[in-house]
Amino acid sequence: MENQPTTPSPTELRTEEFVVNIGPQHPATHGVLRIEATLDGETVKDILPHLGYIHRGIEKMTESMPYKQSIYLTSRMDYLSAHINNHACSLAIENALGIEVSARAKAIRIIMDELQRLTSHELWWGSCAMDIGAVTPFFLGFRDRERILEIFEANTGNRLTMNYIIPGGVMRDVLPSFVTDVKELLKKIKGYRHEYDQLITGNFIFQHRTQGVGYLSKEQAISLACSGPVARASGVSCDVRKHYPYDGYEKLDFNEVIDYGCDNWARYLVHMEEMNQSIHIIEQLLDNFPTGEYRTKIKGIIKLPEGEYYQRVETARGELGVYIVADGSNKPYRMKFRTPSFSNLGAVKPTTVGLKIADLMANMSTIDLVVPDIDR
Amino acid sequence: MKSLFNYIKEVVYAFVSLAKGLLLTLRYFVTIRKVNITEEYPNNRTTTISVKERFYGEVVLPHDENNEHKCTACTLCQIACPNNSIQIISKQIETEDGKKKRVLDKWVYHLDSCTFCYQCIDACPQDAIEMKNSFELSVYDRTKLIYQLNRPGSKLKEKPTVKEQQS
Amino acid sequence: MISMIEFTDITAWIHSLLLSVMTPTWTYIVELALSGVTALVVLLVCVIIMVYMERKVAGFMQLRWGPNRVGPYGIFQVIADVIKLLLKESFSPNRADKVMFNIAPALALCVSLMALAPISWAPGLTMWDTNIGILFITAISSMGVIGILMAGWSSNNKYSLIGAMRSGAQIVSYELSAGLSIVTAVALAGTLSTNGIIQSQADGWWILKGQIPAIIAFLIYVIASTAECNRAPFDLAEAESELTAGYHTEYAGMQFGIFYLNEYINMAIVSIIASTLFLGGWMPFHLPFDYPVVHVFNHIMDFIPTWMWFFGKMFLIIFFMMWFRWTFPRLRIDQLLKLEWKYLLPISIVNLLFAAVIIVLHWHL
Ligand code: SF4
Ligand code: SF4
Repeated sequence: MENQPTTPSPTELRTEEFVVNIGPQHPATHGVLRIEATLDGETVKDILPHLGYIHRGIEKMTESMPYKQSIYLTSRMDYLSAHINNHACSLAIENALGIEVSARAKAIRIIMDELQRLTSHELWWGSCAMDIGAVTPFFLGFRDRERILEIFEANTGNRLTMNYIIPGGVMRDVLPSFVTDVKELLKKIKGYRHEYDQLITGNFIFQHRTQGVGYLSKEQAISLACSGPVARASGVSCDVRKHYPYDGYEKLDFNEVIDYGCDNWARYLVHMEEMNQSIHIIEQLLDNFPTGEYRTKIKGIIKLPEGEYYQRVETARGELGVYIVADGSNKPYRMKFRTPSFSNLGAVKPTTVGLKIADLMANMSTIDLVVPDIDR
Repeated sequence: MKSLFNYIKEVVYAFVSLAKGLLLTLRYFVTIRKVNITEEYPNNRTTTISVKERFYGEVVLPHDENNEHKCTACTLCQIACPNNSIQIISKQIETEDGKKKRVLDKWVYHLDSCTFCYQCIDACPQDAIEMKNSFELSVYDRTKLIYQLNRPGSKLKEKPTVKEQQS
Repeated sequence: MISMIEFTDITAWIHSLLLSVMTPTWTYIVELALSGVTALVVLLVCVIIMVYMERKVAGFMQLRWGPNRVGPYGIFQVIADVIKLLLKESFSPNRADKVMFNIAPALALCVSLMALAPISWAPGLTMWDTNIGILFITAISSMGVIGILMAGWSSNNKYSLIGAMRSGAQIVSYELSAGLSIVTAVALAGTLSTNGIIQSQADGWWILKGQIPAIIAFLIYVIASTAECNRAPFDLAEAESELTAGYHTEYAGMQFGIFYLNEYINMAIVSIIASTLFLGGWMPFHLPFDYPVVHVFNHIMDFIPTWMWFFGKMFLIIFFMMWFRWTFPRLRIDQLLKLEWKYLLPISIVNLLFAAVIIVLHWHL
């Protein structure tokens, strides 16, 4: 900071900046993230995030685990996009082995991914409204999320950290009633969407809390390596599903949601529209749901040929990259995850400095941080 | 004049937008019997509670009516488990025709460290184990969560197909 | 005609009973104590109902049942919570200003209780029937912030301090528009005494008789008093997503309980005042027209006892405040002040002028 502390003249009121530790246990950080905020009264002057409170060493752990086992660990990174994380790892391994998965497995994977994106965005919607002070939306978000989780529970056996998408396909076939279940679910969710608008999107207070707040320019978004809804709300086209399609996204018709507003309101709208797009994607797949094998049999012990492999997917928060260095054994030599929340965390400071402390919470919630995803 | 008009327009817009939200919550308030989403859990555990059949609650080793299970003590599940939640303790026995054979002695399952990842069941070549959808598993002491899955006196179910293949 | 026992009869009976056993001075003192205790008990019962109501309202609006475990429909939940709070240790932080820290909750509570004195509970039932009742209440209610400021300052916690400062800024500003809307009602009624204001609504409540200015004043008063009580969407002093718990972050046990109680007492008082000024306090619903049908209607309304009217209106306004809380997001501090200085204050000034014109021209019914 360039402004030197000036000695105040006797007539001048002496003010002092002070430091507030927000977190690691704080309702707004949604996890154990500590933010050291320098405040001047209500105005935020500087922000310093401290990481590592939930660091579990997932990258290191994968080095001592066979490939098959290390996939289940990735559900614990961004626990709201567990399917998508598993998907990323599985894809990386499949690419290395040169396996082609069946059409049915691809369809199941994409439906699960998009359902996962819906759950994540619904939870985000509730918690974003809660950070801005409205408690009721949280329950509405959970109401709709719960329906999707029931589908997960019925088909994958778990609700939060599934180990469902595995190299070669999916762990178990979906239930025979899967297609009708999901269709019914989508009808229900679509019926609820107007309540979201009625309660929060159209709300005058909410609009004023988000519009023009938390400005992140396109240049900043690019230089901070932001991805996902955060970058797309700043006008950066970065949807991995469009640019580097995987598992048949290229055959589907959906829009990359881009907004040029650069503020919290734009980020909010991007999230909301992405939910519509997810519903649209799932509907296309359900209409002609492929039959056939759900899983290509691969050897019990996976050994990747020596080399480096990289695979990226679009999680609910942005681009997740999986980088594997294989040495020919059944364990990775090094496995590195480029998680979206870690890069997006960088956007908190440029968006917040100069604003009020309440805006810090609003920015953090629209940037949609998942703390275990930051720390891994 | 224009600014005054805008001022009034803003106030009216604010009131209308807030009233919309208020109407929604009022609708919930009066129709709570219909829209309620919570489950009164301990009361409905025998009635309306819905736990999906596939829900991963705990690993079980099913026994049939003759107290026989299918586990051959091959330890593949133990290898597949990422958390070392499974311990297969086998013993050597001598069959009637004098051959030595390894059979299961104890199938020890550490529920306290299991993450319900399904990899053991996926790895088992005999389909000897499966997931049960029980969910009320908590106990006061975590040492009580270490189970021995094979029942006392149980033995391996002889599979005719396996025998034929061997012969 | 059903002969009802009026509150005045009861008070007169108690008065004569006491006079027959002691000197007039002692009678006066005992009566003071008695009325104080009675008001406190009534209020505490109200608070218990309100806490239960808030939880149920919150639950129902959030698609859940609210408390339903302790007792039938969860009615004993509040009592269980009070017992829990009483059994908890009240400790103060190491480097806190111990004296101020311990005085603050008591002070905040005393100030809110003082505002009870001039309230007219029922016909002839007023603890302190003074001709400046409303003035007294406005004066007292702005002192409530002192307790909050003390709590925030003495806790030696930055969250508390920010919360207390916010509360200060907020209450000082919202006093203005609350005051101006009170003035509107007082101008319509032509008296400052609570009893007088209620009597002036015998032929119809001010919200009906006072035309548009009374309605606007009522709305502004409800908004401003919600802010004065630090209730959502104006609960910046304890904004839980920003300041964890604001000014009472460091309080535990019953000291926290007192702040909690205080919030509800403030709500009760504010809604009693709103109902006194605009909805006729204990006065039944009367229509200010001179038709036979209306006379019959007015007569029917008289059958509903006054205490029912009083508490009915009070809980109606409280319901509104709870309804706001469980629907709206929170404002930011600058928006909060902008709302007051750019919207509520100009509107209430214009509204007051408008009301004055109506009063001078006798346009009100
Ligand atoms: S479910 Fe997973 S963690 Fe549990 S015992 Fe089986 S392999 Fe181990
Ligand atoms: S349960 Fe299955 S995998 Fe495990 S030891 Fe028995 S037969 Fe082998």
